[in-house]
Amino acid sequence: MNRPTSKREEPTAEQRGDLQGPRWGAFDNLILHIHPRTVPEQTLKFTLTWGLGGMAVLLVLLQIVTGILLMLVYEPSPGKAYESILILQNDVVFGQYIRNIHYWSANILVVVVFLHLLRVYFTGGFYGPRQFNWILGLCLLFSVLASNFTGYLLPWDQLAFWAITICTSMFEYIPGLGIWLQKAIRGGSEVGSNTLLIFFTFHTSILPFFLILLMAFHFWHVRRAGGVVIPKRTDEEQEIVPNYVHTIPNLVFRELAVSLVLIAFVFVFSIFFNVSLADHANPGLSPNPTKAPWYFAGIQEMLLHIHPLFAVFIIPACALLGLMILPYLPYQTNATGAWFVSRVGQRTAVIAAVVALVFTPTIIILDEFIVHINTGSFAVSPAVSHGLLPTLLLLVAVIVFYLWVRKRFTATRNESVQAVFVMLMVAFVVMTVACALFRGEGMKLMWPW
Amino acid sequence: MKLWMGLGVLALAEFIGVIIAFIWPRKPVTAEGGFGDIIAAGQVNAFPLNTVTAFPMGHFYLCRLEDSGFLALSRKCTHLGCTVPWMEEDRKFICPCHSSAFDMRGNVINTPAPRALDLYAISIENNMVKVNTGKRIRRTEFRAEQVTYPKDA
Repeated sequence: MNRPTSKREEPTAEQRGDLQGPRWGAFDNLILHIHPRTVPEQTLKFTLTWGLGGMAVLLVLLQIVTGILLMLVYEPSPGKAYESILILQNDVVFGQYIRNIHYWSANILVVVVFLHLLRVYFTGGFYGPRQFNWILGLCLLFSVLASNFTGYLLPWDQLAFWAITICTSMFEYIPGLGIWLQKAIRGGSEVGSNTLLIFFTFHTSILPFFLILLMAFHFWHVRRAGGVVIPKRTDEEQEIVPNYVHTIPNLVFRELAVSLVLIAFVFVFSIFFNVSLADHANPGLSPNPTKAPWYFAGIQEMLLHIHPLFAVFIIPACALLGLMILPYLPYQTNATGAWFVSRVGQRTAVIAAVVALVFTPTIIILDEFIVHINTGSFAVSPAVSHGLLPTLLLLVAVIVFYLWVRKRFTATRNESVQAVFVMLMVAFVVMTVACALFRGEGMKLMWPW
Repeated sequence: MKLWMGLGVLALAEFIGVIIAFIWPRKPVTAEGGFGDIIAAGQVNAFPLNTVTAFPMGHFYLCRLEDSGFLALSRKCTHLGCTVPWMEEDRKFICPCHSSAFDMRGNVINTPAPRALDLYAISIENNMVKVNTGKRIRRTEFRAEQVTYPKDA
């Protein structure tokens, strides 16, 4: 199959049919600055996009509105931050409720953008001409994570203080720049009032600015590519002819429906589940256990098994690089719009997921209970025995798996790369769950109930 | 065109330089006798042999070894920076975050901590033990020359 040309494909006058859709006055204009006048009917199917991109936008808007309300009460200094949260919760009308909405929608946002990444990947939304938009999407993902992370410190309770302490301590293991970077982020050698001020500024002005800028760039690229991917049945070769319908009301009504359901869910959830506030931050007393925010728990889990240089720097850097070059690999076909590339792709993806689901917990448990070797008994340095060696073993395992998939299923490069992607993603999710839910006092494995 | 490009690059470099200079870690403001300053811990005789004394304000532990030498250990775990409490009954520092353990000299007796607890420099003048908390000294493991002995011992 040949790659489509990267020029956007404007529908012809016949495809568009009647150029005059229903008019909604000024709204018409606003909506049509974001959306095109017409969209392919096939892309409206809910199970193509699951509405995830739209949900992310809505959640960001919710963050901005509730965030501004919170800024009217919050004071970013160690002496007052915790007090102001107490005032917010106890004396401000709907204060606790607004905090709940801000907190829960922020956490849902992380899940939604991650699922959005998976959806785009598995429907081939990263092949040309959408390659660069994948990169923009990754930048947005990291902006969301950074926003979440900087917000985590602001309540200045024990949970916040120690989570940020251990996460910023991870920077120490980056060779060369690490210690300087850590000092710059903390505004000093320890987490303190400078840290709080820096995090507050990033959380409330720098990151939102970049987030909105990147969002505009992201949407513009969606339009330039002629909208979202047009679905096609897997293993069907013929091009699908898009059937254009009016954006208003066809797309806009669907977006409104998803938005209302999501808003209702967040609001109801926030009524029933209050966000907790631990004791006031105490730099002299680390709680047991101390965990990173859940979205970094996968890295913390890796830290328990692998030397810090590899767990917090080399492996994440490689993973990031891998995600970045994913759209630019020399693929054999352009599988835009086909779920999991093909039937072979679907089978190998399932197999990869099963392999990761079996092996990741096994390795975690084995390392915890059986092969726990003390570094002292090793002749080589711990960076080699606990870092280089397991990393190389992992790399060899991934390469063997890749070659096995290619050979056993006569899979294309698209399908085999996808299988490796699935395996690593599932492994990451398993590690995240293991650390966030299955680790208790002293970071020992235990049942969460 | 090339000239404009060059000027543009220069302006960008300046801009980035100014930002880096702005966020460059500043010298911390230290209160007199607080963390970051030289702290007078106490008279030599106030610390019995083979004991560990915590100085919460100074963020360190003063350890008096069996041979009457002194060590000032940072309370920060070398793994991820949690505060390690001294467990008197086990005679160990045990980190609550990832259960790294250190002995009285700061040596690692249980991973994942990669190196011994950091040190602060000690000076003993007129029988007064003084700890310089302004500079943390990184080390991989305990060595005999790290211990400071009182003059008359």
